[in-house]
Amino acid sequence: MALTGIQILKMLPKKNCGECGIPTCLAFAMKVAAGQIEIEKCPYVSDEAKATIGEASAPPIRTIKLGAGDSAFTTGGETCMFRHEKRFENPTGIAVLVGTDMSEADIDGRIKRFKELRYERVGVLMKARLIAVKDSDGDQGKFIALVKKVLAGADDAGLILMSGKVDNLAEGAKACGERKPLLYGATADNASAMAAMAKETGCPLGIRGANLDDTITISEKLLAEGLKDLVIDTGARTMKAALEDNIVSRRAAIKTKFKPLGFPLISFPCEMTDDIMMEAMIASVLIAKYSGIVVLSDLQGDILFPLLLEQLNIFTDPQRPMVVQEDVYAINGPAENAPVLITCNFSLTYFIVSGEIEGSKVPSWLLIKDTEGLSVLTAWAAGKFGADLIAGFIKKSGILDKVKHRELIIPGYLASIKGELEEELPEWTIVIGPREAGHLPAFLKEWKPAA
Amino acid sequence: KAAEEAKKAAEAKAADEAKKAAAVKAAEEAKKAAEVKAAEEAKKVVETKAAEPPRTVAPAGDVAVAELAVEKTPFADRAKKVPAASYQVKYTGKIKDTALGSGGKTVKIGGETSMPFHLFEGTMPNKPLIAMDVLDVKPEEWPESLTRHFDGVLDNPLAWARKCIEEYQAEAICLSMVSTDPNGMNRNASEAAKIVAEVINNIDVPTIVWGCGNADKDTETLREITSLTGDRKVCLAPLSDSNYRSLGATAMAFQNPMVAASPIDVNLAKQLNILLENLGVSLNSILMDPSIGALGYGIEYTYSVMERIRLAALTQQDEKLQVPIICNLGREVWKAKECRLPSDALLGDKERRGVMMEAITATCMLLAGGEVLIMRHPKAINLTKSLINSLIS
Ligand code: B12
Ligand code: SF4
Repeated sequence: MALTGIQILKMLPKKNCGECGIPTCLAFAMKVAAGQIEIEKCPYVSDEAKATIGEASAPPIRTIKLGAGDSAFTTGGETCMFRHEKRFENPTGIAVLVGTDMSEADIDGRIKRFKELRYERVGVLMKARLIAVKDSDGDQGKFIALVKKVLAGADDAGLILMSGKVDNLAEGAKACGERKPLLYGATADNASAMAAMAKETGCPLGIRGANLDDTITISEKLLAEGLKDLVIDTGARTMKAALEDNIVSRRAAIKTKFKPLGFPLISFPCEMTDDIMMEAMIASVLIAKYSGIVVLSDLQGDILFPLLLEQLNIFTDPQRPMVVQEDVYAINGPAENAPVLITCNFSLTYFIVSGEIEGSKVPSWLLIKDTEGLSVLTAWAAGKFGADLIAGFIKKSGILDKVKHRELIIPGYLASIKGELEEELPEWTIVIGPREAGHLPAFLKEWKPAA
Repeated sequence: KAAEEAKKAAEAKAADEAKKAAAVKAAEEAKKAAEVKAAEEAKKVVETKAAEPPRTVAPAGDVAVAELAVEKTPFADRAKKVPAASYQVKYTGKIKDTALGSGGKTVKIGGETSMPFHLFEGTMPNKPLIAMDVLDVKPEEWPESLTRHFDGVLDNPLAWARKCIEEYQAEAICLSMVSTDPNGMNRNASEAAKIVAEVINNIDVPTIVWGCGNADKDTETLREITSLTGDRKVCLAPLSDSNYRSLGATAMAFQNPMVAASPIDVNLAKQLNILLENLGVSLNSILMDPSIGALGYGIEYTYSVMERIRLAALTQQDEKLQVPIICNLGREVWKAKECRLPSDALLGDKERRGVMMEAITATCMLLAGGEVLIMRHPKAINLTKSLINSLIS
């Protein structure tokens, strides 16, 4: 179980020297206990204390890294069951499956879509993160050729190598070099050989259980062999079992640090149905409920995009409002006759609205008022986007010097404040914009400053 | 045994639909469309268990969906080695069993004793219910990917509701009173009430009437509707802190269930339930609407508030929160830009994208505790139903 700040303090030298960046040992200990700073930051702690504290403060679900450098993929490290309790740490990685039994065209198509289907939203790049390479018939030559093809074709993909043959995985790992793949998977029968191979290659090992019990047996064996980096497939191939296994594994790890299940989970919706939309439904359950990796049979924009949105939303930190700076934003190079629009500083709103304006190609001024990260209506309901506040902001924003006209476009949902705003800003004409930002381009193209 | 793959069926749709689908799809997808045409000729079920590449994709126009496999090994037999103490949680509460509808078609919702679909530690006696959304006036802003499934009935709420029930097997209907919005068409309450009363009195599945969101106008409209539909016990929505008194009284008089709506806040949700109880309303006739944000548009707030409400109800004996949750999600999802953008290489097929947006929003709401979902696209509904069936099997 986690140590308290006081317990940690006892293991510190109590110099209060501040070299850790925190003025006192006590304050430092508190931060370590809260998981806000690493024990390593104090240069004077004994290795023994470091190990004790490290062990105790390690997340109940081990953090596993695949790949290398900027495109490394991290999974695990989770500390809670519900996102409101703290936050979910590492977004579920979406993987696409390619196999040695697939045609060249099918493989190329998947690699191509892996690279192309990428989306930007609220300043975040959303994409599939992994490619699972399956050795369908044990032929090492074919398998390694496919691994190499994927490595070369998708240079930022994390790799999952799937084979029942220890040698094939070892060769595959060699081919991956720096880009450490997940090697999948150890079964009750081959656990020892797999363990030796994983140790030698230094790659995380996937457990391929027949069911939860079998998974625990394998996991205990691998732990006894001294392995630390594991990823678990509980063997569930029905929706119901996959959800139940995920919940129970996560709980056992988090509630009581049950070691054999204290690892990220990998799931295979691709093996659970042939209907790709139902496959996505299964994935949507497992993204919300605890899979670290979901392997899909294919990637299609109309299915991948909604899944990525879900992943982004569920893994958003509930304690940190996503905001943008209060300011006047120039979009598409506006001049003194360009339209002036106002909205809140909730980053989702900002990105949607600025995206639409950009898309319209109409040079515009977008005023962002600090609403403490609340959306238009929420901010208004919370009293942070009222006419008086907007008026005050307009006056100090500097927009007065940037445009000659005095016309302000407000969000359609704020239509009710038009009157008040006109009273607060007598020189300005208040124009009610559309409700949905999607209608802004058409609206802006029509807009002209009143003579 | 073969049941798992047996229903991997695709009922071929009318020829022109397949053509439309083919038109929007990129070169690669043309292949699949061709397959569908072949299936159509056969006019029967198609086994899609075929070899992997290329995957048989039901075209977006086809609303049929595969059933998922049923788990045959009970949890207890799969997980003997997980120490019970390591994962068991103590539930002390139970969600109310609430009835919707009247007569022979009464449907029960709620009744869970654990978090949703946690069947290894609790029961979920009633399946979540999906109500199909029917507007009381022809929708102006629905994309064609949605309207085409309701061809010819969009300006006739009764025909529309019947189509939902007969063709799409809707288990419940939500009549959305958008025509009454004072900021929109502003149809007067009695006229609007007459139109939907006609629908309500001519269908037999459980029905919800959802006002336009203007508290005063909704009071007027919903009252009028109850007086015209007396014994049908339609569910009245939404009751907010500004009209719960008058509408609560009306609902009590006619014994209608009602929806207590609050803006994404555990305490406000609880507060409104308490206020209704003080008025004399039984918690047994209340559903909660926590306010829905769609996928990509604030869903995470709704999701977490629902989980918090449900945990409080089940593990903290917060009785006032032990009522079912209703999620009016279709209208939020189909407002989203991503449901309207044309098909392209990056975002794929427009219709399938919209369907997935709605269906995944539904997944999230189900996992967080939603018992009644109001939805629009028949395929999204079928995906959600299939998911529910497999989770609860
Ligand atoms: C998520 C949410 C919250 C979250 C906050 C999320 C956030 N960062 O803002 C939380 C849970 C904190 C919250 C709290 C509250 N909320 Co709230 N919330 C919502 C919800 C579900 C979604 C909001 C959202 O994220 N929208 C997405 C963003 C992108 O929308 P947007 O900013 O409006 O932008 C769109 C348009 O306005 C337009 N647009 C934006 N800018 C511009 C600019 C121009 C020029 C133009 C033309 C267009 C345009 O483009 C965007 C996309 O099309 C809505 C209900 C709903 N479904 O909308 C309720 C809602 C906004 N909340 C509401 C309320 C009342 C509250 C509270 C006051 C409740 C309370 N008493 O506690 C609090 C206030 C906050 C506080 N005191 O701290 C009400 C507001 C009612 C009203 N009409 O005034 C709503 C509508 C729910 C309801 N039906 O009752 N809320
Ligand atoms: S560096 Fe170590 S000794 Fe110095 S203040 Fe920080 S914790 Fe204390």
